[in-house]
Amino acid sequence: MNLNNWIKHNTIHHSQFWDLKKLVEEKEKQNLKISLCLPTLNEEKTIGKEIVMFKSELMDRYPLLDEIAVIDSGSTDQTREIAETFGADVYLSADILPQYGEKKGKGENLWKAVYELTGDIIVYVDADIKNIHPRFAYGLVAPLIYRPEVHYVKAFYDRPLAFSQGVRPSGGGRVTEILTRPLFSLFFPDLTGLVQPLSGEYAVRREVLEAIPFPIGYGVETSHLIDVYEKWGMEAIAQVDLDQRVHRNQETRDLGKMAFGILRAFLFRAEALGVIGELPELSTILRQFQAHDEEFEQVPTEIVEEERPPMIELPEYREKFGIQQPG
Amino acid sequence: MKTKFSNIEEILDLLPELPEKLSAIQETLIANLIMLSEIPAPTFEEEARIKLLLQRMDECGLHNVSTDEAGNGVGIIQGKNPSRNILLIAHADSVYSQKEDHTLSVRADEIIGPGVSDNSLGMAVLATLPSLLDSLNIHLNANLILLASTKGLGRGNLDGLRFFMENNRMPFDAGICIEGAQLGRLSYTAQGMFRGLITCKLPEELEWQRMGENSAIIALNDVINHILEIPVPRRPKTSIVLGAVRGGKSYNVMATQSSLRFEVRSDSAEIVQSIQDRINDIVADIASAYNAEIDFEIVSRREPGGIDIGHPLVKSCRSVMETLELEPKISPSMSEVSELIVRGLPAVTLGLTEASNVHNLNETIRIEPIYTGLAQLLAMLLAIDGGFCNEPE
Repeated sequence: MNLNNWIKHNTIHHSQFWDLKKLVEEKEKQNLKISLCLPTLNEEKTIGKEIVMFKSELMDRYPLLDEIAVIDSGSTDQTREIAETFGADVYLSADILPQYGEKKGKGENLWKAVYELTGDIIVYVDADIKNIHPRFAYGLVAPLIYRPEVHYVKAFYDRPLAFSQGVRPSGGGRVTEILTRPLFSLFFPDLTGLVQPLSGEYAVRREVLEAIPFPIGYGVETSHLIDVYEKWGMEAIAQVDLDQRVHRNQETRDLGKMAFGILRAFLFRAEALGVIGELPELSTILRQFQAHDEEFEQVPTEIVEEERPPMIELPEYREKFGIQQPG
Repeated sequence: MKTKFSNIEEILDLLPELPEKLSAIQETLIANLIMLSEIPAPTFEEEARIKLLLQRMDECGLHNVSTDEAGNGVGIIQGKNPSRNILLIAHADSVYSQKEDHTLSVRADEIIGPGVSDNSLGMAVLATLPSLLDSLNIHLNANLILLASTKGLGRGNLDGLRFFMENNRMPFDAGICIEGAQLGRLSYTAQGMFRGLITCKLPEELEWQRMGENSAIIALNDVINHILEIPVPRRPKTSIVLGAVRGGKSYNVMATQSSLRFEVRSDSAEIVQSIQDRINDIVADIASAYNAEIDFEIVSRREPGGIDIGHPLVKSCRSVMETLELEPKISPSMSEVSELIVRGLPAVTLGLTEASNVHNLNETIRIEPIYTGLAQLLAMLLAIDGGFCNEPE
């Protein structure tokens, strides 16, 4: 598919899906089960509101979601207690598939959700959204319900302020524009069609989630996009404009760590796919600066982008979901 | 749930178990609260918030869901006896401008954000009540008219509710006004009141010879001194509150403009009027002395009135509160209830929960007491519906 065509046909505004009654009817006709996963680490300020909103609007009022689960990385604040108070299923990531050990990172929670949750579609929504609204879930799920060829739906956020002319700048955050977009432009030009490839909100069919590996850290979104693109093509991907998202802003230093993780994950993917040649051994240490008066010193941070295998390769998963051993 | 009662005691008997039953509606109530509260609704700009409320009322299958010329939002839960009507009101407007961040934050036991108590919670209860009555299988005899009134605060001067009362043709048995705070509040009287704005303007040209003697601040100061000399009787209870003063530009620039916002309250309409007359005289005197343009504008006004403490509606409220172990905090009101009372409609204002930091950006309500507040409201609706709040013929 030509990229411009893809952008035209697979970029959708959430307002197209305002008719929730119709959406639920279509979901029930297809006998689909939908799970919402909220990965958390110390999100006590925002988690309660997200759960209340999704439960009231998309479970009680319009039964679109069949389960709402919090997968927590071991919060030290009240995240898990608050989530339970408002009726979510709360899991400690370390308690899921404990025989495979515990790794720290958001990707770990997303991977474990594939085992723990039972939906045919899983929608992931970050837990730090201040202006939460039901559209964050139904907007992403709807293209999967209405369009069988779509397998992976990514959110983006574009709220135009006043612009006198028809053209205005648009795109992603700093890491997207400085790192991911240039990398995609060089090696996977089709993926530049995604406005915000790093956004943490997406809905995916189970058959895709169980078949792709999960980097446990910052690289999970980037590597998912590459994998879905390679296996199913751009036709399987869609993006939905959810208007505005209000969340915490990150420090530039933290964005550096994120960029480092993404770059490692990207390079390994590109190497495995033969897009670039063989890589030398890559360092896992990111070196940043801090200054004491006139003295400068380096602050090293180890960032290891470990990867979890496709869930379908785990016998426990195949048993739980009644899947025959592949091949 | 039982809905036929032969006396109010039978309703009171239901109260102890009611708050727990009502907590089942928690997610719906809080979701409605978040969505309504995050739409800014400063006085005169309530339209978007009302639109969402009407959408909710529509979804619940209410009758006559509509707005009127004043922008009020109305929906009716039809009763079995269409000739009787109960009016339940929450004002839709808040004191926060469109520019403020209206995001709410939900904790395990409290909700924080601008206007959450005054009066997003009242609006959320209007939006949730149809589902709540449904879930408890309560069908009232009387029609229950849910009204989100506009233009209530400040310069709004209760214009929305006034328009509704002047133009609707339904006779009401009684009215209940709901406000987020405070649980235990019981208002059934209104003091006479007016709010005034005095603005003082001097010519823009500087008169260097008179520098230091003349300025809009000095003129206003004189007005204030004279207002403070007005004798204020203890009985009937009367007060003058000087609320806000503005004026001037910088350290060394003669002030050409100044203003005073103030409020006069009294249990006696005559005293309110005589104070207003005195202030008119003061303003005229000072304007001529300073050669200034001084305007005195009445921004809003209420007539005094009320129902008696022995009125069955008030007695029922007190019984319900006492059964729920709430200490009734009786205070006269300047808000919606005053507009109902002066029209001879028995009415009360009830608070729904415990709140703190009211009218600050971190306004906070506690979640748990809301269910006691709802139990109180439900019991009062049942009591009015059962005819236990009418004065003997």
